[in-house]
Formats: sequence, structure tokens, C-alpha cells
Amino acid sequence: MLHLCTGVWLGKAFRYWFHIVRRRVLLLRRRAHIKIFMNHHSCKKLIQTLVGNMGDNEEKLWISRDYLKCTGCRRCEIACTLYHENKIWPEASRIRVFMLVPGVEIPHLCTQCIDYPCVKSCPYGALSVDEKTSAVLVNREKCTGCGACIRACPGNIPHLHPSDNYILICDLCGGDPQCVKACTDAGYNALRAIWEKPTVSRNLFARKPEDLTRDVAENLYGEKAAELI
Amino acid sequence: MVRGYAGKFLDIDLSNDRIAETRIQESVLRQYIGGRGLGARILWDRLGSRWEKVDPLGPENLFLALTGPLTGYFHGARICITGKSPQNNGIIGSTVSGEFPIELKCAGWDGIVVSGRAEEPVYILIDNDKVEIRSAKHIWGKDGKTTLKILTKEDKEELDKRYVRYGIQKEPAVLYIGPAGENKVRVAAVQQKWTHAAGYGGYGAVMGSKNLKAIVVKGTGPLPPVANIEEVKKLIRETEKISFKRDRIRRWGTGYAGYECGAVRSSEPVRNWQEEWHDEKNVGGTRFDLRYWVKRYWGDYGCAITCMKLAVIKAGPYKGAISDNPDYEMEAYLGPNLGIFDAGAILYLSSLIEDLGYSGINGGNVLAFTTELYQRGILTKDDLDGLELNWGDVDAIANLAKRIAYREGKYFDILAEGTYRAAWKISELKGVDVLPYAVHVKGVEVGAHGIRSGEDYTKDICYACSVQGGDHTSTVRDAYSDMITVFQDSAVYCNVITWGGPIEGLDWKFLKAVTGWGITEEDWKRTLGPRIIHIQRAAELLGGPDVSWKPPESDDNPPRFYEPLPSGPYKGSAADREEIKRRRQEYYEAIGWDERGIPKSSVLRKLGLPDVDRALDKIR
Repeated sequence: MLHLCTGVWLGKAFRYWFHIVRRRVLLLRRRAHIKIFMNHHSCKKLIQTLVGNMGDNEEKLWISRDYLKCTGCRRCEIACTLYHENKIWPEASRIRVFMLVPGVEIPHLCTQCIDYPCVKSCPYGALSVDEKTSAVLVNREKCTGCGACIRACPGNIPHLHPSDNYILICDLCGGDPQCVKACTDAGYNALRAIWEKPTVSRNLFARKPEDLTRDVAENLYGEKAAELI
Repeated sequence: MVRGYAGKFLDIDLSNDRIAETRIQESVLRQYIGGRGLGARILWDRLGSRWEKVDPLGPENLFLALTGPLTGYFHGARICITGKSPQNNGIIGSTVSGEFPIELKCAGWDGIVVSGRAEEPVYILIDNDKVEIRSAKHIWGKDGKTTLKILTKEDKEELDKRYVRYGIQKEPAVLYIGPAGENKVRVAAVQQKWTHAAGYGGYGAVMGSKNLKAIVVKGTGPLPPVANIEEVKKLIRETEKISFKRDRIRRWGTGYAGYECGAVRSSEPVRNWQEEWHDEKNVGGTRFDLRYWVKRYWGDYGCAITCMKLAVIKAGPYKGAISDNPDYEMEAYLGPNLGIFDAGAILYLSSLIEDLGYSGINGGNVLAFTTELYQRGILTKDDLDGLELNWGDVDAIANLAKRIAYREGKYFDILAEGTYRAAWKISELKGVDVLPYAVHVKGVEVGAHGIRSGEDYTKDICYACSVQGGDHTSTVRDAYSDMITVFQDSAVYCNVITWGGPIEGLDWKFLKAVTGWGITEEDWKRTLGPRIIHIQRAAELLGGPDVSWKPPESDDNPPRFYEPLPSGPYKGSAADREEIKRRRQEYYEAIGWDERGIPKSSVLRKLGLPDVDRALDKIR
């Protein structure tokens, strides 16, 4: 008798639980669809023509970085250059991991500042902003390799291609960044792709490797950091 | 152009300030691949005819740092350091992880061969094709961390100036030695970063003997082109996928086994191998984790395992010590083997050993050997300039390490010659045979995996018959068991990735995708691998000038391994002399050596090594 009661009760509880889970899944799926729809370039264009420019409220992509979680495996560099150059080429990578002090590994890549000082600085109009992702796009025909953008960037992030005469800036792989995949596949999550409304906080990541190293070294090594740099 | 290779080697003669470029034929590369194999070939070609006369610490010896075709492609980049070893007077291939090999290949070089001896301390700066020999007076005598700091800073600044048009560039990679190497201590390592060392072989002393403090390299090119890039991409994904699943080693590294090897397997050295059992839970990866690790996943170029961990002591008596995990070998050799069972103390010693430029295994072995001589009253407080060297006394042991690194005082100078040579000299001076306390195989101190309990991967002739002596990474069970390590050391990638065989078979696919050569596992085991082993064997047997090995007596375990274990679940277990003799003969037969352990003439000629055969006539 007792067994039967428990059985019935368990059955009810299970059905109720299943109902809740199903509702959750449906809701999430619907949300995901909306998000994919909203982010799809052609849809955005359509919405823009129908309801006018959404302007600042649009979600754009950027790559957040957690220096303390970076393992220094540099698989992001490998992924980046296999994608863009079809070979492994550390200095041609749009993301580069600086290691001025062992243990202090600094993934260094464009942060898409909201005011784009690099784009503004270009005398040849070679840089533009990707409407979909917010990435800085380089027009290789127009770029002369003058270096104005390197100097304009507060973090000196752009750098010249080692063998061709044009500037390298992260293009967010058109919306599906390979470096992030490499990092999250390994479970490190030092790099994350984030779609959100751009804010000025992004600009804070545009820093020189030396400055970032000083901060991270203090975090890792405490008082000893001063001796090591 | 040969796929997977930059195509040229840097040939530097420090005696004459001569910098040249060498190219090696594809037929040679195809036979010896790179790293340990190619190193053995280059050494034999240049020094083979007068091998016994070459002093490993003299200007005639070569210092080689060689990459392989898979370096940078197979995840876990390493560089192989070799030369005539000041430990066994033969050839040992010693690999070390880091970004140095990547920078070197990107600079357009497959490897570096250094000969001669500089008048004054120097370092080599390689900036792509531009190579300079520069003064190292300002860094000579500096510890590891300071050396790396100064060189990274000054050379990065200089390179940034040279490439100002390109924007800022990543820092150059540095291969360096610490004070132990400078003072030609035979257990000195060649290092990268702070904690990465090529320990076996004593090549730190070879760099020191050449007055070469460091090699700094920056390359801005791509890795050399491969035969089939799409296949390489696929294989990278495949190997990574396997590695990602190895959660245990990824999370805790090799040091995880620090407790288990002692308590369960009974194969961890305790007090200079007098015991191999302990039940101290403070020794083991997880105890380091909570208190000291500031980075739980730390790796080198391309690594998908990241078994390294970054440890920092932030409080207490050892405050300021920085090291890696430590890994299992360091944990054992700087812990239980010195009677130390405190995680903080092990980390402190690990940090110190790295700063001084020791190999943790070989140097740790010397420290334990000395402590046992003190325990037995053979070395006294007077001999050791007032040091009271008791087991577990961290300060005394730290002091000993410093004194040996700088060769300060009569006995410290003797101990700097490594366990085997020091044992000979101390036996002579004291009139007591101390060789039974020296745990080495043919001059190379043994890795921290015992054979007595039979529960570890190391068994009977594992070390005794290995051409790398006590090296725990290249051990012998049958004629083929160490061939995979020979391959890893020659194609040059990390052997932790494939440790335990999870990537079996992919190595050969990788080699084909990178080089286009259809070398199979069978070819490697039957022809290419043995060739390298025979050259290493010939070099080891010829030895000289101070020590030569007499087969088959030298192909034996350290005397300690025949003493029954005094404690633990395997109490009473020991290696069996008759069994070892039998296994040794079996191995000789299988690998193609005669009953005395000398490679057979017929085998060498069949493999196309008539020069090696002729040289061995001297000892036949």
C-alpha cells in the first residue's frame, strides 16, 4: 500500500516537473530565435527600414578578456592565423598573447572603443566599422601602413602585417570569433564573445601590454611583482 | 623545400665569432627527423671519430638546440637540447617546453649548433636573419628570474626600436642558464621562462663552459609551410579533443600523484631512496592547489593539456617563492627524498633550485646523496663548513644547494660534479666506498619512479638499459618500448600529451601531414628509431675522457635498488640480480647488441652506420 502511494505521488511530481522543464525549454528556444533573428544582418536592415535606425540600442559583439584565466597556451593565436592566413603565424595574429613576465599572459586584441580613435585617425579612409558586429574593418587597398592608427590607439593594439603592407586589427571573424572558440573549447573562458549594447566601458580594455602586465603581476605575485618586472 | 622545416640551421663558433648557415639534406632529415635523432647524427658526424677525447666541458664539444618538424604543429611545443653530455659522456636528448622553438622556427631556423668557447660571457641575439653575439657581462652571475627579466626587457626595447614601423611586437623568447650552469655544475639545466628546464644531460654546464649565458630569439615569420594544411588542421582538432578529456592531468598536473606514488605504489624516493613508501598526505597536488596556486591552468605554445600550474607563496617563512606546480618529479626529489613533507617547503626549494639553475631531478639527487653521507657520518660538519645536514632541515639543504651551485669550498666543489663522480672522489678521499649510496645509472641520476615494488610503470631494466641512463621519460621494457619517446624527442613535441598512449597513431598521421613523408610506426620501430639508439649507445660506450662505461656491468640498476624495501606494503621487495641479467640479455638480443651490449657489426652495417661500426672496433 505504502509502495503504491509513493509510486502515485512520485508519478505526479515527475509530471509536474516535466511540465515546468518543457515550458522553460520552449521559452528559452523562443528567446533564442528572437535573438538570432534580431542579430541577423539582413533582418536588422529590414527592421531599420521599417522602424527607423535602432541606433545605440543595437547589440554588438565584443570579446571580453580575463587575464587571470589566460593559460598562455596561445591557441587563440593559432586559431586566428589558421583562419585568416591559413598558416600558424604568431606575429600575424590579430590577437597576440604578450608574456613580459612569465605567468602574466596578456591576450591583446581590439576592444572596439565606442569612439573609434583608430578609424578617426586614418588619413586614407582605410578603416571602417562593421555595422553588424562593430568590428574595425581594414581596406587593404587603401591602407598604406602609415601607422597613424597604432599611435591613435590607447593600447597600441593595431600592428602591421609582418610581410604585407597593411594593418592588422581584429575583425571579429565576421561575428564568429575563432579565438573565443579555441579558448572556450578548452574550458578556460579567458575570452568570451559578448553581444550587448556598446558602452564606454569597452574603451577601458584598450591598454598597453606593459600597463596590463603591471596590474596582473601585482594580483598574482603581490609585493614581489615589483622585483619581477 | 622540405615541408615542416625552415630549411636552415644556425652554426655559431664562439671561439672565432663566426656565424654561419648550414643546410641539411632531405635524405638526412628523413632518417633522423630532428631533435634527439638529428642531434645524435650531427654530433657523430662532427665528433664521432675522436669521441673519447672530446671533453664535454671543453671548447670542442657542441651545444645543440634543435626543433623538429612537428614542433608548433603537434600541441605542446618543445625544443631538444643535446651535445656530448657531461653526465654520461654520451648523447642525451633533453627537451624543454616554451615559446623558444616557435620563435626560432618563425625566425627561419630549425636549430642552433654552438661550438667553441667565448673569451668572455656572451649571449646570442637572433632577430630573424640577423644574428649577433653580444656581451653578457652584466647578467653573468645573475639568478634565473633576474636574467630573464633583464634580457626580455633590453632586447624587447631594442627590437621595438628596430621594428617601430610595425607597432609593438611580442617579447622575444629566451633560453638561459643560472649560476649552476655558469659554474659548470654537472647537474645544471638549460632553462626557459622561470620554471621550465631541460634537466637530464647537464647541458647547463655545457652552455656555461662555452661562456654562453643565454640565447634570445625573435622571429616574425610564419611556421614553415606543411605538406597538407587541411589535414594538419583536422589533426590539431582531433588531438586537442582527446587532450581536453584528460581532466585529471589538466586540473592537477603530474604532481597529483605525489601522495599516491608513495602511499600506494611504493615507488617514490624517500631519504635518498632508502625507502620508497610514505603516508604523508601533505605531499600531493591537491595540497599545493588550495594554498599556493594562482593559475590552475598554465601552458606553453599550443598546449591543450596545460598540466603546469603557477604557484606563489604569499605568507609565512617562504613568502615570495614562485614556482610551477611543482610537478611530480620535483615534488618527490625536493620533498620526501630530502625528508621534507611540507608543501610550502617543497615549493620554496623548487623556486630556489630554479633560480640557481639546477635540474630538479639531478640536482635534487645530489642534495639527497650528500644528506645521506652526513647521516652516515661519512661527511661531517667540518667537511661541510659547519652545515648540519639533517633530513628535513630546509634551511640547511637550501644552503647546501647554494654552496654547490657556486662551488664554494672543497666538498661543495666535488659535489658539483654530480652524484656519480662525487661518489668516486669522496670514496677516495674518505677511504669508504660510498658508491652504494649513489642512485644513478651510467652517471645520470634516476627519475623519481622506483622499480622495487613493481607497481609503477618503471620495471626491472627500465633505467639500466636505457641509452639515456636514469631518464624516466625514455625507459626500456623491450626493444620497442622507448621508440615512441625517441620519436617525440626527434619530432620534438611534449611527451606528457601522449603519456599513457591516448593519441596513439595520430603521431604518424601528423608526420605525414606536415612533411609528406610516409614513415610508418613499423619503419620507425625497426629502422629509424634503432639507428638513433645505436648512435647514442656507441657514444655512451666510447665515453671519455674522464669516464667510460663497461658493458654489461654498467647496464645495471643502482645498488640501492637491490636492497629490500624496509617499509610499506611492499616491504622486502627488491630487484632480483638474476632476473635483471636475464632481461638485459633479452634486450641486447632484441635490439641487436652482442652479449656484452655492444651493437653488432651486422646490424649497424644493415642500418647504414658503417662509421659507427668502425668506431666501436676499439672496444670490441
